[in-house]
Order: sequence, then structure tokens, then C-alpha cells
Amino acid sequence: MSSASEVADAAERKDVRGRWLLSLPALLIIGIASVFPLLIVLVYSFLKPGSYGDVVWQFSPDAWVGVLFQRDIFDGTLSIADAHLSIFWRSVRLSLMTTVLALILGFPTAYFIATRPERTRAIWLFLITIPFWTNLLIRTFAIQEVIRNEGVVNGLLMKLGVISSPIQMMFTDFAIMIGMVYVYFPLMVLPLYASMEKLDFRLVEAGYDLYATRLKVLWRIIIPMVKPGIIAGSILVFIPSLGAYVTPRVLGGGRNLMLGNLIELQFGQGRNWPLGAALSITLLVIVMAALLIYVRKASNGGAHHG
Amino acid sequence: MDKTFSIQRMPGFATIALFCFALLYLPIATLVVFAFNDGSSIVMWEGLSLRWFRQAWNNSQVIDASIRSLQIASVAAVLATIAATMAAIATTRTRSYRGLTFKYAFINQPLMVPEIVTAVALLVLFSRIKVMTGYSGLGYLILAHTAFCIPFAYLPIRARLESMDLSLERAAADLYATPWKTFRRITLPLLWPGILAGFMLAFVISLDDVVITEFVKSAGQDTLPTYMLGQLRRVVTPEMNAISTVFLLISVAIVTLFFLISRRKV
Repeated sequence: MSSASEVADAAERKDVRGRWLLSLPALLIIGIASVFPLLIVLVYSFLKPGSYGDVVWQFSPDAWVGVLFQRDIFDGTLSIADAHLSIFWRSVRLSLMTTVLALILGFPTAYFIATRPERTRAIWLFLITIPFWTNLLIRTFAIQEVIRNEGVVNGLLMKLGVISSPIQMMFTDFAIMIGMVYVYFPLMVLPLYASMEKLDFRLVEAGYDLYATRLKVLWRIIIPMVKPGIIAGSILVFIPSLGAYVTPRVLGGGRNLMLGNLIELQFGQGRNWPLGAALSITLLVIVMAALLIYVRKASNGGAHHG
Repeated sequence: MDKTFSIQRMPGFATIALFCFALLYLPIATLVVFAFNDGSSIVMWEGLSLRWFRQAWNNSQVIDASIRSLQIASVAAVLATIAATMAAIATTRTRSYRGLTFKYAFINQPLMVPEIVTAVALLVLFSRIKVMTGYSGLGYLILAHTAFCIPFAYLPIRARLESMDLSLERAAADLYATPWKTFRRITLPLLWPGILAGFMLAFVISLDDVVITEFVKSAGQDTLPTYMLGQLRRVVTPEMNAISTVFLLISVAIVTLFFLISRRKV
């Protein structure tokens, strides 16, 4: 005889089975076209490069050694791969600078939106969101038109007589940074806004009642309260900056590579797929680490303030 | 003091914010304005004309790429929305069960991996399959796009489902409606705005993609963004501005529609 609880158990098992069946198409598609390819890349990073791209099915740790070191072609001694290190360093440095600049500009912008009256707030928010959903390539192209030698900024400065010859901005690290701040700016403002919207202004008022200056209120009350938003925004800008491909390719030209371009090079002209695979996994691990911090901090922040 | 003391005001913040809004829109505005330039410069204004729009319209490469973009985006968005709707129904309004967290992680996986990494990974896999099967059609692009569109379609559908309670569906079941009938007559109509929003997000995301498409496409399979990426290396004429303007218009229209739909309450 089956008891009521057994019947309920059977019903629940059937429900869970149905739910697995329903999620199968999504899991399959993502499995085939996103998860499985990554596993192949992981395997490829331990193989030998073929002479015309692709791989030779032979185990070799060379690709991983090659991420940081280079082998001397004559005596086989290892030395630090300066070319790779400088690209790593440029990627990290540019991503950090992008994050900081986006934060400096994004904080007041988010604060401004959060302190608007309810009715106009939605419009300002919409204005921030629109560029985020428009094509990244078009936005990069738009920035290119502004900073080119024949572009808007140089044209204006020359017409005003401030400079006599154009300032070279394209194909520099500066151009890449400006471009990344421009395209990832909404990713900084949106989480900042989300935490500022909930800001309890009675605490700010209390601060002023106790004779705090504006700067002190900002530093001691507002910033600590919106810290989860600051962390979230910073990580959301840092991650895509680190893996950026289009912006450095268009604005940096061929010389100022970032990690994404170095990876592409290994699958194109470089013809060293295992090295490209090892670099891809390296980038993936850094991004995952940043995401982990994000998840941790986000849940901590929620516990403290929510 | 002539003004009342506002506790919300921070000196300089409004100025910086308005400055940022201006910086955000000025480059796009410049781009759009010069699409209507009569001359071939993208910075020197030489009078109003539609010649670059005409030239883009008569450029068979642009038209081909646009049609291909729309084809891929439509098919991928439909497939992604169907898969995401099913997955959303399977992962909401339930007690936690074994594998639920795994499903969340799996569905959101494409969002967590840098695009360039997914792109080279797909290049590696698909180039092998292309050699093995000899097939090099649009299927690869559609599959790749469907995969990274699923998490975007999933978000608004799941949000909508979570705001719907089960009482109507339970009532239908009490009145002997079959599960399918309950879904068709109760769940689907209530969920529809979420599904529509999810579809539009997926469509825009697919339409905008450059990196994955650039690595997955076979020869002669340029979409509009990859065509534009190729053109940016050469001397750029206002034809690019004209193409961008039309593209922007379509994106903004879809996103505005999305906002209007998703703001409607249950």
C-alpha cells in the first residue's frame, strides 16, 4: 500500500523530471555551442601546434609555458616573454584606468539620476540605457570620428587656433581607454544608480544636523552606503574591458594589442592554436575570479544593507 | 541664505552628469548628422543630401549583409525565445530541486565568458565540423547566435513568470483543464509580454554581434556588423554614417518598444 507521502513524492519526482525535459533544449544548445567548445579549447591548450594552424594530437605543456616565457631558438633557454607580459600589463592597466575614469564620471551621473523627481528619473535612466543597447561597433566608430586626426576634436582645436597640427590620438592607448569608457559607461552607471535609488536620505540629513560638511557627508555616509554599487559597477566595467576585442582593434590599430587581439593573432597569422587556447583559458580564469569577487561582495552588501 | 538648504544636492555633480550625457550623445549625433552630408567628408559639412543613403541602398554588399543579419537574428531569436521560455517555466515557481542551481549557471554561462574566448572556441569546433561534413551554411552562425541569445531572452521571461502566482493555473486544473490547455489559455497569455520582451532583446543582441560572427562565418557570410568592421580599416565615407544611422534607428526603435512592453504591469 502506498501512503499519502509516497504519492506526493512520486508526483514531485514526476514534476522534476518534466522540468528537466522542458529545460533540455536550452541546455543542449548552450552545451553544444558554448560549453563544449570551451572544453575543446582547454584540451587544445595541452597539444602541439600544427604548422598551418590547427593542432597535432600530441601532449605538450609548451603552450602554457609560452603564456609567460619564450624559448630561445638557439640554445633553448627560457626567458620571460616580454611581448606577452607587456600585452598582459597593457590589458590590466587600461582596464583599471577605464574602470577608474568610468567611476569618477559615473558616480555623479548616477547620483544625479537618483536625485531627480520620480517622473523625470525614468527618462534620464532611459537615456543611459539606450546607448548600451545600440551596436558597440557603431559607438566605437562614432568615437573614432571624434578623435581622428581629421576628427571633430582636432578640427575644432585647429579652427580655434589652439593647436597648429592635429594631436595624434588614434592608435594610442589613450584612444583605447577613451573608447572603452565610452562604450562601457552605462555598465558603471546602472548598478551605481540601483544602490543610490535605495539611499536613505534621513541619514544624510542626520549628518548635516551634526554639522558635517558636504564633503564629509559624501565620504562618510553616501559612499559607504553605496559601496555595493561601486563594486558591482567597477567589476561590470573591468570584465568586458579586459576581454575587449573590437575597441582595441579599431582604435588601437595593429600595434596596441590587448589580450583579446593577442588571442586572435594566435588563431590567425600566428598559427599557434595551443598558445591561443592557453591565453583564452588564462583570460577566462581572470574573468571568473573577478566574477567570484562580484558575487561574494554583492551578497555581502545585500546582507548589510538589505 | 537665499535658498533653502537641499540635503540631496552635491555641488558640481549635476554639471558633471549633464556633461556626461552630452559626451554620450554628441559622437552619435555627429555620426548621424554627417550621414546627410553632401560632400564625401565625415567632418566637413558641405550641404544637405541623401546621396549616401542612396549609395548604401545601391551597394549590393550592404544589402546582402543586411538581409543576412536579419535572417540570422530572426531565426536565432525565435529559437532562443522558445528554448528560454521552456527553461524559464522549468526553473521558476517551484521549490528548489536538485540541479536547479546547475541550470541557472548553465543558462547564464554565455554571459560569463568573454566573447573573444567563445569566438575562438567556436572557430576551433566549427572548422573541424566544416571539414568533416562539408557543410558551411548559415547553420553555424544561427546555432552560435541562438546559444548566446538564450540568457538574454531568459531574463525578462523569468522575471515575468516570477511575478505571476499559480492561483489561476491551479483554478484551471481544478476545473479539469489539461496541462496543455492550462498552458495555452492561462500561462501563455499572461506570460506573453515577457516572451515578447525576451524575443526583442535576443533579436537586438544577435543583430549587434560582431566578435563571434567574425570568427564563425565562412567566406561570403558577412553580416552588417562584420561588413562594417571590415570597412573601418579603409578610408571611411559618409556611406558608413548612413548605414550606421539606419542601424541605430532600428535598434533604438526595438529597445524603446521593449521598454514600453516590459513596463506594463501584470
